[in-house]
Amino acid sequence: MISRLKGQHGSGIREANTYLGQEYIVADSSLIPELLQVLRDQEKFDYCVDITAVHYPDREKQFEVVWILYSFPRNERIRVKASYAETESVPSAVPIWPAANWLEREVFDMFGIRFHGHPDLKRILLPDGWKGHPLRKDYGIIQQDQEWVQINLGIESGQ
Amino acid sequence: MGTDQSGDRERAMTDRTTIDRTSHLELEQHEKTFLDSNELIINMGPQHPATHGVLRVILKLDGEKVLGTECVIGYLHRGVEKIAEHRTYTMFNPYVDRMDYVAAVSNGLGYCEAVEKLLNVEAPRRAQYIRVILTELNRLASHMLWLGTHALDIGAITPLFYTFRDREEILKIFEKYCGARLTTHAFRIGGCSYETYDGFEREVKKFLDFVTPKIDEYEELLTTNRIWVERTKDVGKISARECIALGVTGPVLRASGVKWDLRKAQPYAAYSDFDFEIPVGQNGDTYDRYIVRMQEMRQSLRIIDQAIGKIPDGPIMAKVAKVMKPPVGEIYHSIEAPKGELGYFIVSDGSTQPYRVRVRPPSFVNLQALDMMVRGALVADVIAVIGTLDIVLGEVDR
Repeated sequence: MISRLKGQHGSGIREANTYLGQEYIVADSSLIPELLQVLRDQEKFDYCVDITAVHYPDREKQFEVVWILYSFPRNERIRVKASYAETESVPSAVPIWPAANWLEREVFDMFGIRFHGHPDLKRILLPDGWKGHPLRKDYGIIQQDQEWVQINLGIESGQ
Repeated sequence: MGTDQSGDRERAMTDRTTIDRTSHLELEQHEKTFLDSNELIINMGPQHPATHGVLRVILKLDGEKVLGTECVIGYLHRGVEKIAEHRTYTMFNPYVDRMDYVAAVSNGLGYCEAVEKLLNVEAPRRAQYIRVILTELNRLASHMLWLGTHALDIGAITPLFYTFRDREEILKIFEKYCGARLTTHAFRIGGCSYETYDGFEREVKKFLDFVTPKIDEYEELLTTNRIWVERTKDVGKISARECIALGVTGPVLRASGVKWDLRKAQPYAAYSDFDFEIPVGQNGDTYDRYIVRMQEMRQSLRIIDQAIGKIPDGPIMAKVAKVMKPPVGEIYHSIEAPKGELGYFIVSDGSTQPYRVRVRPPSFVNLQALDMMVRGALVADVIAVIGTLDIVLGEVDR
């Protein structure tokens, strides 16, 4: 499968490898919409297990978005990864897998990564008016939106 | 007081700005309502006994009919994934118990196995058998709690007393094994930290003999009970295709007819050693989900029965360094938790603390299907569907 994908999209796939028995693909961000579609339609990855991100502040493109896919007919899993800068927006996978809806909202909530084409992109776990995205590496572990806490909870500090 | 309240209510319904801010429902086109009455937006939860925690559901109603829902979650968000980045691998282990707190053992198993894979160690056979026994006991406890509360929501009070009485016996075994009843922290990375106590096998066997007829007893109360059948048959239907598209896993997926269980599809721990069936349903309604979970409880007993008789001798811990530094890399490992696929995606940067831990919670993804399942149904069915999805808000919000 990997070689077939490489044949089709040669230069877009930067790395396709196995680590600890798990396959993953590192792709160009420009290839992502097409690659996800091909993975679902041709390679039968019909179940989107998870969408998440990892923040690498030192890299030029800070965010690595990870799609974890599973195929029921093949009983296989694959991870697709692509890097995005803070200003870039990621194509939404909701039209491909409706399951992506809340998963992308959580990534937006936690990292501030925007997904274009998402039907209702807003915070999911944190309150709507919250400032900051807690899973970024520059967000401290005890950091809070003090203003939000003071206005909405009526207490000086949440600590 | 009375006039004030009704005034508030009117304002809440007519004040578009507040509604737009909280919900997408109002933005949709208006549907024709019964007798041209106004659509009603009501708020269920977060403090509501039938939402199983702090789930808030905004319902758009036409009389009794549900036109749409929106879930508001996050009331129990504790930032577990952020905490993980500031703890060592060992220190984070007890935190995972606090996500799905009615199936803490499963959470621990998934996390420990993921880190073990990252470290390239394997737990000894004896530890794996102990893990299977405790995890299956926990699945039983989780399903019992689900059955009791789900039946209570629908109006049957008796099963709650029965299931809580029997779940107690499982908790007693946990307590004797590791000192805790709910957030057990039963496993360690590399194996188990405790040896089984004296008489463990005997007590588990005694429990099996005790609980097998009890499950028949629950079924006697409900399976052919006319009220139960009326309230659950054809309620909250979801097809296999819809389940897969929405990423729904666990008993909900199986009740729709997909024979898929990670214990069989991608076996972990010692599950490949045991004979058991994957119960499936056909209609994907609340009744089928009930039947599937009941059968799963019997299959769990079967697994425990096989495992308890042949726990191998040997060590319970593999050789792992006191200070764990997994090599740079990533791992995704998932297990079949009582609610569905529970996955851990861990990124290691070679230090003692994980660079990133992502938990793929089954309850969170399954809850997404709620809107689809209750559209067109009655308000009372929303309660039944929330119950049948078997969510734990600690895991939804993390």
